[in-house]
Amino acid sequence: MRPFTYERAATAAGAVSSAAATPGARFIAGGTNLLDLMKLDIEHPPHLIDIGRLPLARLEDTADGGLRIGAMATNSQVAADVRVRSRYRVLTQAIVAGGSGQLRNKATTGGNLMQRTRCAYFYDTTKPCNKRQPGAGCAALEGLNRNSAIFGASRACVATHPSDMAVAMAALDATVETLTPSGQARAFPLAELHRSPGETPDVETDLARGELITAVVLPPPPAGGQLYRKVRDRASYSAGLVSVAVVGGQIALGAVAHKPWRAERAESALARGSTAEEAIDKELAHASANGQNAFKIDLLRGLIPAVLAEAQRGVQ
Amino acid sequence: MKTTITVNGQARTLDADPRTILLDALRETLRLTGTKKGCDHGQCGACTVLVNGVRINSCLSLLAMHDGDEVTTIEGVGALDNLAPIQKAFLREDAFQCGYCTPGQICSALGMLKEVAENWPSQETVDLTGPIRLTDNELRERMSGNLCRCSAYPQIVAAIRSVVEAAP
Repeated sequence: MRPFTYERAATAAGAVSSAAATPGARFIAGGTNLLDLMKLDIEHPPHLIDIGRLPLARLEDTADGGLRIGAMATNSQVAADVRVRSRYRVLTQAIVAGGSGQLRNKATTGGNLMQRTRCAYFYDTTKPCNKRQPGAGCAALEGLNRNSAIFGASRACVATHPSDMAVAMAALDATVETLTPSGQARAFPLAELHRSPGETPDVETDLARGELITAVVLPPPPAGGQLYRKVRDRASYSAGLVSVAVVGGQIALGAVAHKPWRAERAESALARGSTAEEAIDKELAHASANGQNAFKIDLLRGLIPAVLAEAQRGVQ
Repeated sequence: MKTTITVNGQARTLDADPRTILLDALRETLRLTGTKKGCDHGQCGACTVLVNGVRINSCLSLLAMHDGDEVTTIEGVGALDNLAPIQKAFLREDAFQCGYCTPGQICSALGMLKEVAENWPSQETVDLTGPIRLTDNELRERMSGNLCRCSAYPQIVAAIRSVVEAAP
């Protein structure tokens, strides 16, 4: 690893002002993604601000019947919370489908959202990658692209966001709360956090430099069933090939785009009375493969209606 | 920079570069070489230790992040002349061949059993609101962060299960 300086933030306000004042500084909490990338010399921040002990780890009921999840709450803590298990089971199912027990004990809610998008060529420093080095080119277009995106990708980047947790949160219509560098609290839909790659795949979120996620707020659970289903090469501890989160009539897909992908076209077709199969076709009409990832489209065509049906079972 | 951690009950203050990884501090500075470095990227689980009673990959954590924390390594689990029940079970059930992954397996198993006692769910948990039944599928799923290249998995499951069944 390259040298860096380290500080432990005493307050959230101190953390954001320090981050805004130090070019290239990064927050660290669990560190499971950032330290991995630093060891590989893919990330090389000159300064780390440890936010892991900020008092932002609580889960608390909101006045309208929702749930506020502190950004420092670990994945394990959120998955095990009785309110999440009983009212937002899709979130527990998604979290326990990700990583290993050891990683979930360390990984935080905010860090899970901020993990880098995933592509074998992003990790392979001997190959060109526009995300790692803007303008270098994309080795995945003609390379091993079985895991590449099928929605919202660009010629510059076909990487996918690897989170399971974020897919469930997207389906739940979650809101992200942040503290901006000027010390203002801000809240916006989770769907607006991550960007599609466009020409700047190195920029993955719309957060300002130094802006800190402080919480994710879930609205009251909507009517209808909830279910998360992940398809992968191994039964456990493996990234998803595709995943589906269903919350009532809300559908989010994982491992198919640069961000958790809300299947809005399918949702509106369902709301107009289309069958699940017709609705999924509306969404998949906008999917495009760039080689070995074509199977993801066929996989979703069968998977999404099955997950919708299973989510509804036992609800009526 | 100075960091104080309590390792196996003993307070230790280290003056180390900020880059120092917890695993390397344990092995190279404190000479506690029971904890193993396998992949060094959080994929194999050989480096698993307990921090404040919770299992983590010590290869993906900075020493500096653990100031004031209590770390338990395999050296703190039992002594050669006084093995812990889980260690005796690994010997009895022949739950290893080369032994390289074993310290991580044992620390992970201890953390995992505590998680089960606290009723944490896994992806094998069908009833998310009821008590956990530690089936073999549950046990395998919960230990999936620890690889064994000798593939002693059936014996590892048997060793952990024997400790669960012997518990009062």
